[in-house]
Amino acid sequence: MSSVRRSIGSRLVLERSDFPRLLEGLGIRGYVTVGPVVRDGAIVYGPISRVEDLPIGWTDRQEAGTYRLERRDDGALFGYTVGPHSWKKYLFPAHERLWTAERSPEGFHILPRSEPEPRYAFLGVRACELAAIRIQDRVFDGAFKDPGYHQRRSEAFRIAVQCTQAGNTCFCASMGTGPRVEADHDLALTEILTGSAHYFLVDVGSERGAELATDLPLRPATEADIRAVDDLLEKTTASMGRTMNAVGLRDLLLGRPEHSRWTDVGKRCLTCTNCTLACPTCFCSTTEEVPDLDADRVERWRRWDSCFTLGFTHQGRTSVRTSASSRYRQWLTHKLASWHDQFGTSGCVGCGRCITWCPVGIDITEEVAALRKEEPVAVSAGGTR
Amino acid sequence: MREFAAELATGTGDPGPYAPFPHRVISRTKETADTTTLVLAPVGGGKGARFSPGQFNMLYAFGVGEAAISMSGDPSEEGTLVHTVRAVGNVSTALSRLGPGDVVGVRGPYGKGWPVDQMRGKDVVVMAGGLGLAPLRPVIYELYAHREDYGRVEIIYGSRSPAELLYYDEIQSWRTRTDTRFQVTVDSADRNWYGDVGVVTQRVPDARFDPARTIALMCGPEIMMKLSAQALEARGIAPSDIWLSMERNMKCAIAQCGHCQFGPYFICRDGPVLPYARIRPFLAVREV
Ligand SMILES: Cc1cc2nc3c(=O)[nH]c(=O)nc-3n(C[C@H](O)[C@H](O)[C@H](O)COP(=O)(O)OP(=O)(O)OC[C@H]3O[C@@H](n4cnc5c(N)ncnc54)[C@H](O)[C@@H]3O)c2cc1C
Ligand code: SF4
Ligand code: SF4
Repeated sequence: MSSVRRSIGSRLVLERSDFPRLLEGLGIRGYVTVGPVVRDGAIVYGPISRVEDLPIGWTDRQEAGTYRLERRDDGALFGYTVGPHSWKKYLFPAHERLWTAERSPEGFHILPRSEPEPRYAFLGVRACELAAIRIQDRVFDGAFKDPGYHQRRSEAFRIAVQCTQAGNTCFCASMGTGPRVEADHDLALTEILTGSAHYFLVDVGSERGAELATDLPLRPATEADIRAVDDLLEKTTASMGRTMNAVGLRDLLLGRPEHSRWTDVGKRCLTCTNCTLACPTCFCSTTEEVPDLDADRVERWRRWDSCFTLGFTHQGRTSVRTSASSRYRQWLTHKLASWHDQFGTSGCVGCGRCITWCPVGIDITEEVAALRKEEPVAVSAGGTR
Repeated sequence: MREFAAELATGTGDPGPYAPFPHRVISRTKETADTTTLVLAPVGGGKGARFSPGQFNMLYAFGVGEAAISMSGDPSEEGTLVHTVRAVGNVSTALSRLGPGDVVGVRGPYGKGWPVDQMRGKDVVVMAGGLGLAPLRPVIYELYAHREDYGRVEIIYGSRSPAELLYYDEIQSWRTRTDTRFQVTVDSADRNWYGDVGVVTQRVPDARFDPARTIALMCGPEIMMKLSAQALEARGIAPSDIWLSMERNMKCAIAQCGHCQFGPYFICRDGPVLPYARIRPFLAVREV
């Protein structure tokens, strides 16, 4: 065991029977492991203390507007794609206290947050999800650093999992974010099930990953193991359920605010906000002032918000975006176009969550395809004047 | 400010960019029925942060919340901050009720202000509608303070009625200066008003400037800015020389909350002052 090198770039094999050792290793190092669990008919992210917490033998079937859990005919631990949750719920919690203010002789003073940040180990992070974290880094860890985000993000141990099957609503290959995990992982696992064999090819991606690997019974990967991984990932790319042509989308979308498809999608969209809550990159938030009973202490909380709500653009006596079509246009144009101006990247990683979790099955890839269709130039484009 | 910093240091966490710094209200002036000007100084003394004209702060009313409020004071004055607040909702009403001695939270300054560097040596047209005069007042102080650095200066200020005019006495004294034309016009007035009646755009045709060497600044309701920009463009000023201060709902002021987006821009980070050339396509579309 000790003769096997464990360093960045090492490719090793962990038997399924030894998988519990990985969880033990994380526990010993003080990590709170979170990962996929079956709850309320879906695979979501929650605390993992034993291998049995994982969705063993489960998979999901996704289509626009539908998600179904199904039994697999094997004991795969990671035989599903992405569900309604994403890691953003840990890095950028849906509800978070920013500070507390307390009345004092000088008026008031601010008490910073004093609770320690959890040290997470993320188990089962997909390539598109690592890309989504990189995108949120540009929002919360850029010019203005969110201290909570920064700390959770830099502490989080990331065990990635290669997608060995693609979902029907996935299009990471179009967005250049997957399916292969190539960066930002501490360890990356590829689950291989052939006949009676069940093992994981482990790619070591960081010093921390190499250090954890010293606790694991590993053997070097063979040529055949590596070929098996490449074959699986090729198959995943080939079976991607959706595609989206992302070339030139920035100029195209910003240049077509009056396209008739916006009106069309506005008639279907319920402005329910599901897409923004499920999306791993959406970052909009609002703040709340929560007074104590005696009003001498108040807390400031930040809560996820959505550009699909009417109140989002409240100003004066009304809101700027009152119609559903203007809100869908804002979301899509932001995600695929203005994100480039603001953060130097697309805001979409092609995970397909917004397609699956839209109650009326609005499909971002279909909307983009429709918006690409040229329309005869409108006589009076531009509303006023 | 120093005391406050000590408070922070004793905490084990870091409130990050979100914590307001306590400031004391030094004085309060009621401008109109719903608009109040507050002068603030950091609790515990200190010079306070410098700002450039057109920037804004997030003002925090204890127990109520925050609102984006522009600097409306003289940028060359150290140690105090001046803000003019119109009571339109919870936070602005709470801020308007503060009096001398009360404490308000401040974080900032934020945003990109007026293009003062580009204005030097050129003619300047300033157009303000209603409360839009507040974020323009710091640049007006600058224009008067270094009058020789600029060419002709035309200031056009419009208000709904005489009762809603801000900074009344100050404007009266500015209007006596012969090196600058400061026009005031109201939408409607009774017989006690001897000044001009009409909208600001009506003043554009006879404004004196060399369109090729002019920078125009404006702040006011969006429709007023749109029409004013069109009127100035019709007189030959390039859209890249016309600057608008935009307003959108804003929660964080640091490009993290997503609320203030206008086309590809974050009003808090890329604005609030933006050139007409860049935002014209979006101003032309409804519900951006
Ligand atoms: C760059 C900038 C500079 C500004 N400068 C000034 C200035 O110098 N002076 C000035 O007076 N104002 C200024 N404003 C405008 C000022 O920030 C707003 O008027 C501010 O929202 C007032 O807060 P409020 O709580 O009093 O008002 P409200 O209208 O009550 O709004 C406060 C918040 O509550 C929420 N809200 C309120 N009602 C609703 C509803 N019905 N539905 C959903 N949400 C709701 C909104 O999200 C809003 O953000 C500026 C704005 C910007 C962006
Ligand atoms: S927009 Fe849709 S497909 Fe793209 S990252 Fe967000 S949820 Fe995934
Ligand atoms: S696109 Fe679908 S998920 Fe998003 S707000 Fe509209 S109805 Fe809801």
